[in-house]
Parts: sequence; C-alpha cells; structure tokens
Amino acid sequence: MATEVLMPALSPTMEEGTLAKWLVKEGDTVKSGQILAEIETDKATMEFEAVDEGVVGKILVAEGTAGVKVNTPIAVLVEDGETVSDAPKPAAVAAVAVAAEAPATVAAAPVAAAAAPVAASGWPHSDLPEGPTKTMTVREALREAMAEEMRADPTVFLMGEEVGEYQGAYKISQGLLDEFGPRRVVDTPITEMGFAGIATGASWGGLKPIVEFMTFNFAMQAIDHILNSAAKTLYMSGGQMGSPMVFRGPNGAAARVGAQHSQDYAAWYAAIPGLRVCMPYSAADAKGLLKSAIRDPNPVVFLENEIMYGRSFEVPTDPDFVVPFGKASIMRAGSDVTIVSFGIGVSHALAAAETLAGEGISAEVINLRTLRPIDYDTVLASVMKTNRCVTVEEGFPVGSIGDHLASTIMQRAFDYLDAPVVTCTGKDVPMPYAANLEKFALITPAEIVTAVKSVCYR
Amino acid sequence: MAKKPDARPNVSKEELLKYYREMLLIRRFEEKAGQLYGMGLIGGFCHLYIGQEAVVVGLEAASKEGDKRITSYRDHGHMLACGMDAKGVMAELTGREGGYSKGKGGSMHMFSKEKHFYGGHGIVGAQVPLGAGLAFADKYLGNDNVTFTYFGDGAANQGQVYETYNMAELWDLPVIFVIENNQYAMGTSVKRSTKSTTLFGRGLAYGIPGEQVDGMDVLAVKAAGEKAVAHCRAGKGPYILEMMTYRYRGHSMSDPAKYRTREEVEKIKTEKDCIEHVRDLLTQGGLASDEELKAIDKEIKAIVNESAEFAKDSPEPALSELWTDIYA
Repeated sequence: MATEVLMPALSPTMEEGTLAKWLVKEGDTVKSGQILAEIETDKATMEFEAVDEGVVGKILVAEGTAGVKVNTPIAVLVEDGETVSDAPKPAAVAAVAVAAEAPATVAAAPVAAAAAPVAASGWPHSDLPEGPTKTMTVREALREAMAEEMRADPTVFLMGEEVGEYQGAYKISQGLLDEFGPRRVVDTPITEMGFAGIATGASWGGLKPIVEFMTFNFAMQAIDHILNSAAKTLYMSGGQMGSPMVFRGPNGAAARVGAQHSQDYAAWYAAIPGLRVCMPYSAADAKGLLKSAIRDPNPVVFLENEIMYGRSFEVPTDPDFVVPFGKASIMRAGSDVTIVSFGIGVSHALAAAETLAGEGISAEVINLRTLRPIDYDTVLASVMKTNRCVTVEEGFPVGSIGDHLASTIMQRAFDYLDAPVVTCTGKDVPMPYAANLEKFALITPAEIVTAVKSVCYR
Repeated sequence: MAKKPDARPNVSKEELLKYYREMLLIRRFEEKAGQLYGMGLIGGFCHLYIGQEAVVVGLEAASKEGDKRITSYRDHGHMLACGMDAKGVMAELTGREGGYSKGKGGSMHMFSKEKHFYGGHGIVGAQVPLGAGLAFADKYLGNDNVTFTYFGDGAANQGQVYETYNMAELWDLPVIFVIENNQYAMGTSVKRSTKSTTLFGRGLAYGIPGEQVDGMDVLAVKAAGEKAVAHCRAGKGPYILEMMTYRYRGHSMSDPAKYRTREEVEKIKTEKDCIEHVRDLLTQGGLASDEELKAIDKEIKAIVNESAEFAKDSPEPALSELWTDIYA
C-alpha cells in the first residue's frame, strides 16, 4: 500500500514553501521520525520527519523547487517489495491543483481568487513617487526600514523577544544582529511589561528604541507603559520630554491561533492622545511608514499582520522614500461608493471592489495607513463624491474605527450621504479555533460586497 | 563597609548644615503644601514626604552631575533635593502656569530634564523599569552616570519590579534601586502584605547585592549611597538599598491613617526624627549654635513662603495649553 508524503504546513500562516533539500533518495528505507527533507518557509528552514515507515518509491518534487503548495504530494512511500508503479498515480505536481485554493483567511472563494493575483502584483498606490521600484515582501520591507534607520542613527536600537540570535520569531529582524551586534539588537527575556518600561525609560535617556512584541496580544502585559508612561509624558512634563520610540509587531488574527492570539488592537491604541498609530497594508506602506515611525519624536504603535508578512508588492528603491503620517492612499478610484479600510482589510476591500466592478458598481477604496492621525479630509472628500460609505476592519464592532468614521462622516458630511454608513467588522465574539468558525468570525470580501450593495440599494 | 550612625567625627560642620538645610526645606515645604491643600489651592492627590527627608538628601549627597533620579508619586522631596526650584514645584501643585509642567502634570507628574529628574509617576511600580531604562541609555551611550530608582515597600510587590531586577542584573545596568520602606503601602503594613519582609533580600535571587539602611540617619544613607554608586560606576550592575524610614503623615492628604497608632508615630518622631538627629549632632558637638540654626530656619521659611506666594500668584495656564505638548 503506497503512501503519499504531502508538503507540510509548518506555521499557522504557511501556504507554500521551498523544498530545499532531500535527505533521502529513491529506494531508501525510512523509519518514522527519520528526517526526510529540509523545507524552507518564509520564516525558517525546518526539518521534515517521516510519519510512516516504508521505502521511498518516488520523489515527486525535486529539491530546490520553490512555491510548493501545502498538501502537494512530494514523495511516495511504498512497502518493502512494492514498486512505485503499484502506487496510485499522484496527480502531476499539484502546484496547479492547489493554486486555486483560497488563502485560509479569505473566505469567499470567487472573490479570493480574484484577490490572489492582485496581491501578488500589488495595487498601485495613488501617491507612490515616480521612479524605480523593486518587488519585496512586507517582511523584507520592515527589515529594510529598520536596517536603514539603524545605519542612519546610532541611537536607534531594536529590543524584544527572539529578535537577535533566533533571527526574529517571524524573521522580521533576520540578519540585523549580524550587522548591528548585540548592543543594538537586544534579546530580552519573556517580560513584556519590564522591557516596554525599560525601552520607554531609554527613550527619555536619549535613545530611540524599537520594541518588537512577538504579537500585540502580548503587549497587553505592557499596555500600561505604552499608554501611561510613553504616550502621556510629553504632556505631563509640559513639553520637556517625550518618548521617541516605536512599539511594533503582528496584530490581529493570523490563522487558527485562537482567541488569545487573534485580536485587532487598532481601535484601542487609536483612542489614545499622545500615540501615533500606523497599520500598513502593502510593503511600500510598511517600509515608508516604519521609517517615518522611527524618525518621529513621538511614541508610535505600529500594527503589522502576520498574514501580510509574506506578500509581495512594489516598493520604491529611493532610500529617502517615506510615507507621512495622516495621509491616506486611494488604492482604487471609484464613483459609486467609498470603502475605507486599513491593514489587511484593504486586501478584502480591493477584492470586493473587483467583484463589484463586475456588477457595475464603481467603488473607491481608501487605505487609511495611519489611524492616529486619521486622514479625515481624504475620506470626507471621497464620501462627498460617492455619497456612500462602507468601512472595513478586522477588529470588534463596538467602539471600532468604523464607528468613529461613521460618526465623523455624519457630523461633517451628513447632507452628502445617500445612505447610512455601514461598518463591516469582525464578529462580536472571541476568535474561535475551528476553521469554519474562524472564517465566519472574520470579515470577508463577500460581506463587504453585501454591505456595499445595501448602501447602493441594489 | 556600611558606616554606622556614629560617623560623627568625620563630618564637617558645613556638611551637616547642608543636610540640615536641605531636609528642613523639604519638611517646611511639605507642611506648607499640606496647608495649601487644606485651603483648596492644591487639588487631587497630594502625598507628603514628611519623615523620610534623610533618604533623598543623603543619596543626593552621594551623586554627581549627570546622575538621574526617578520616583513614584511621593516626589516633592526628591525634586527639592536634586535642586529643582521650590517655586516651580509649588506652582505645579497649585496647577499654575509657573509650575514645572505648566500646571498640566500636578503633584504626581513633574519632571526636570535640566536636573535629570524623570518623574513623578502615578502608577505604583512603573518607575522601576523606566529607571532601569534610563540606566540602559547611559550604558548604551557609554557614560558613567547612574540612575537612582526610588520605590516604596508597596511597589516592591509589583511584578514589574522583578522583571526589571532580572534584566538590570542580566545587562549590568548602572541603576540603584532605592526601596523607601516606610512600612505602610497606603494602609497595608509590610507584614500584612508579605512574609518576605526583608525587601532588599529579594534582589539576591537575581544576583543583585543590597542592604538595609537606617533611612532616618542621613549619614548612614549617604555612606550606603556612596557604596552603591561605586558598585554601579565600576560596571558591576545594579545595587539595592532598602531604606528603613517612616512617613509621619497619611498616605495622601485624604488618609486618616487609622491603621497605625498615634503612639507608634509619636515614638518615631521623638526617637528617630532625621532633622532632630542632625540638629543634635550640630548642637551637642558644639558645631552650631541655636542662633545659627534659627537663622537657617528663618531662611528656609522665607523660601517656602516665597514659593507659596508664587504658586498663588502664578496665573492658571491659558486654555490654549490644553492642546499643546501632546505631540512633539
């Protein structure tokens, strides 16, 4: 009886990987637990062990093959004496078969399929400067932003759990220890409140710390220092001393990590005067905003997204490229409705806009990029043009960014509205683990399409 | 070697007079602040330092220019001891434009970058990692400054204190943790909050040396401070000083202090008062006459009265100040 060996998922958000090296060859007998291959994810190179015993009948994916989708058959194990021709024929290398699969967190299949190529090439930003660009992932963009700013300013340093020797839990800081050394890439014990406080004190002492939280869920342990120590001191000191620093890390749901690891804190931090709050969507956002954040004399909460880390976009190669705070980006112009979003929500909004275009509804998609300050002018100008607005975010519905935008639009553009503003958010529940429930809890392009149709009375 | 109180022979008249003057300034200032609070000129929370003066005066005597200090909300004494202007401190208490934070910080939140005073923190224990962070910056920048990080016996039970001990020792940060053990965390005595009542000893678990010091004796405080400072400046990492002290007043102005007896307070005042101690050293040693000391009393009273007048006369901040200093 032949057994297919499938490309494994080695992290919550892994969709594909590189088969870096085979450690067995056809004809070898393998025992369960034996290392079969090295597989490279976007975060790390991992060893992959055999579960079943048998003889390697056929290797289906050659070493060095990149972009192998999770669950693609990569080898066939046969029993002693059996030959591979006895094995059921695996479908030709399954990259094609699996490619149609939607990314785990994007629910509505047809819409997601439309989204995939879009995300790969990247939507043009309305305000990307003229000039050459290069394709890079959000992860690489964040790393490059930190490295460039650390080269430019010796008082900038990175601190957090596993940022140094481990090369970053999500590999954002990969290589930084080698370049900058342990004085400037500081591994901390698991002690969020403590190191957030130490970093804030260091910012008063003349340094510009970048604090990496392994996830913003863990920053809950440190939120007192983010708010009470970092955000308020400039005011409480009558302007004598502020906190030039960045708190950054992944925020929001990843994939299947459950309630305590899946929460969007955008609206929480955006409520606090004294903080700046960024949430990039693309790699260009990520690089330009993080550079602005590191240079800013104020404490910046920089909310990233694990699912976006591996996605590629065009980024200007100009080393002086920065994205200013308080400047939204119009990702797609439209005339019938304004969809306002930020972070990963923008990818859902763009996917919805594509679907809507097919049904004759022209949606303008605004990527806020910073949530404090918010670019009200761009939102209001768009709503005054389209007369309809839908907001999109992953966070909880009560006290959401969408609520705030709806209220602002009502107060400042009431006469322009042809329909109530509809807020699309995550569901009002702790994040469930079950795959179907998680999909159901998250905001989807299909829900955005429905919301847009409702405000268009279609 | 920690010196004991009878270090008397080695102390000059000038040095003793300096301590006397500085401790008296804090006491008279705090008495005046209490009075202004009673008159409604100071609002909110107001935590007086009366009784604990020897701690900050002794440690400031062990510091050098460039050293930093950070403390909790019971911070008026620390500010006066590090040379901040009494007028600016009092005007902050009254919430006026002339205050150190332009009236926007209040009693618990005051800072002076010039005097390296980093607050004034209202969240119990928060100043401990913040202080270690100041020391982190000094070490990173390669200077030999130390940071005095003050906190009380109450804060000593906060988890972040121990997170900080761990990293401060791990990274050899030049920080002196000063536990001002005045024996009551608001209304809860040390004995009612822990069975581990020798608070400095908790640092030993992280490898941080420390000692208990008679915090009512300014000379003992200074001697211990010098030892701790030498340890830090030599690059040996943090040091803990547990100052055994006592506050005469309630936790804040609104605390009736029913959790301890009048006799207990009186006994300390009579037997251990830090100002009387120095006064005795001066007079019994024949170093200063009553007249000399009275002249100092008068001088201090004038400074305090002047600060109170300034704090009353300074205008309230302009309403436009509401919107400034939120972002740099």
